[in-house]
Amino acid sequence: MYILYITTGLALLISFIADSNKTIKAVLIAFEKLVKILPALLSMLIAISIVLFLVPDTVISSFLGSDNKFFSVFMASFLGSITLMPGPIAYPLCGILLKQGVSYMVVSAFSTTLMMVGILTYSIEKEYFGRKITILRNLLSFLIALIVAFIMGVVFGELL
Amino acid sequence: MMNQKNLIKISALFLYIFFIVLSFIFKFNMGKQIGYNFAGFFLHMFKLLPCVFILIGLFDVWIKKEVIEKHLGKDSGVLSYLWALLLAGPIAGGLLPAFPIAYSLFHKGARLSIVFTFIGAAAVCRIPMTLFEASFLGIKFSLIRLAISIPLVILSSIWLGNYLEKQDYQIMKG
Repeated sequence: MYILYITTGLALLISFIADSNKTIKAVLIAFEKLVKILPALLSMLIAISIVLFLVPDTVISSFLGSDNKFFSVFMASFLGSITLMPGPIAYPLCGILLKQGVSYMVVSAFSTTLMMVGILTYSIEKEYFGRKITILRNLLSFLIALIVAFIMGVVFGELL
Repeated sequence: MMNQKNLIKISALFLYIFFIVLSFIFKFNMGKQIGYNFAGFFLHMFKLLPCVFILIGLFDVWIKKEVIEKHLGKDSGVLSYLWALLLAGPIAGGLLPAFPIAYSLFHKGARLSIVFTFIGAAAVCRIPMTLFEASFLGIKFSLIRLAISIPLVILSSIWLGNYLEKQDYQIMKG
């Protein structure tokens, strides 16, 4: 996180020294773009706050620990798609799942959909790229996550 | 002009705020938890997004359209996919900041398949995230995941890009 602040600060400083008018224009553009996306951001935050309440960590571990592999993979990719977690929360959770005996295949289905498929970010993505691209991209990503999970299962000897 | 859709959205927003405030006054656990979730993610976003948008603004004023067109545009070669991966590598915070960045790239002349590769790469092969992943799930896990997902991301992006270009799909100008 600090790297981001330092990079932004330095970039602004260098830009300002090089051309102050351009830099002011850049900040105005930044502000305008941020304000434009605020309504979609707000609805996303509201959706996140409700979904995280309905699907807490305990629910995730109880669903993914099921004995039926295919059911678990399905549930994992479903839960990964509907929730949204920053990496520093998601990966420790995945680590705990592995320790609890959840298979690599299921953990990978969960973590990959978590990163690639965003039903909660739909409102934002649609704002930029339109409905059609958003739906297609998410479907493709879901498919990729399933393929990754399947190959994980093969490589770690959990399948076949 | 306030249309019906906006009216519903605004009433839902007020209902939500009303519910959270009441929950805190009457110590209603469900509402409090939802309120905490909202605050947590709100802080997470607003530590990140202002920087991201400032960088986008600087990108907008400094980087010439010809540069992006040449390296990421219609006539750019295979190397452009590598560029997309490298650009996505240092991004923090996942898909959310990637969308406005990808959008800016597109309007500077990057072709669609590159834009999608960038978004996919921002999801699956960010460097900070992958380091984190490897430390919790093992290096073997991360390497396999990267080895499978990167080619799939590129292939699906090429397909999606071609498909949309054939349909003459337009992303609105912004």
